[in-house]
Amino acid sequence: MAVFKRSGKKDMPEIGTSSDIVFMFLFFFMVTTQMRSTEVKVKVKLPSVTEVAKLERKDLASYIYIGSPNAQYQGQYGTDARIQLNDSFKTVDDIRDFIASEREAMSEADRQLMTVSIKADRDVRMGIVTDVKQELRRCSALKIMYAANRDQNK
Amino acid sequence: MAKRKTPGLNTQSTADIAFLLLCYFLMTSTMDQQAGLQRRLPPMPDKNQKVEDMKVNERNIIIVRINSGDRLFAGDQPMDVSQLKDKIKEFLTNPNNDPKLPERENKEIEGFGTYPVSKGVISLQNDRGTSYDAYIHVQNELVKAINEIRDDFSRQHFGRRYANLTEDQQKIVRDAIPQNISEAEPKDVNKK
Repeated sequence: MAVFKRSGKKDMPEIGTSSDIVFMFLFFFMVTTQMRSTEVKVKVKLPSVTEVAKLERKDLASYIYIGSPNAQYQGQYGTDARIQLNDSFKTVDDIRDFIASEREAMSEADRQLMTVSIKADRDVRMGIVTDVKQELRRCSALKIMYAANRDQNK
Repeated sequence: MAKRKTPGLNTQSTADIAFLLLCYFLMTSTMDQQAGLQRRLPPMPDKNQKVEDMKVNERNIIIVRINSGDRLFAGDQPMDVSQLKDKIKEFLTNPNNDPKLPERENKEIEGFGTYPVSKGVISLQNDRGTSYDAYIHVQNELVKAINEIRDDFSRQHFGRRYANLTEDQQKIVRDAIPQNISEAEPKDVNKK
């Protein structure tokens, strides 16, 4: 059997550069990702379209999720399409408060630029989306965006 | 000469620390692209104000309807989504000065001169039972039609695609070819 000779301090291979590589990975992810602020409790499969425009100021966007609840919430909320604001299921009437609080959190100058991004599942009916749109008009949050994925096939 | 040997710093643990941070960011962040179709909703009509019907000339408006069965009608004519783009382009450009298609009004555009701007308005109507997917695809076709007209205009006058123009030039193009899509008040369009 081979005898491993432990001689002095040179028995450890150099791994000094691996930390640099990992740090590079780390910075890459820090730059390209954004924090997950809410847990999405509804099933949202965005439609794919070709003419998408990028959202310019992510920090000024508020999100409204519309879709049928995930499996673990279906017992409580059913399978019908629901609206999710922040972390909980809400109704159309709660949008007013939601928009007001989102506005409150922004600086005076940015309030004009607030965009409401509607993230609706591709299978929801327009009825609920129309209700949301009407409510947004009533709150004069007029800049909206229909969130969608870029269609890769075309 | 004295033998000088710099002691190696023990850096093995930095890799572990960096890995931990990396895992943390991987867990807590998302990478999804924030993209979509941007729209501006019309402001809610004032209740005190007398509702004056915006009398738009019949020829200046095209009604695009999607019924609850996701069937598409453009100007009372059933059609497939793939045909909609050309229909809209024809409607907005009105190449042959057809009296049935929207009129064009000479408008002064800052930094460009006068240009006959189309007065056409696309009115998009949907039913409560329309699927969101169909609605977005129709919206997409409308945007695509307008983008193609803008591209043609840019090529003709600036020799480049719209996306490659400067900001001022883009503004001129946007003024010359406005994106007039009206998302109508919800109404029951099922009777069609």
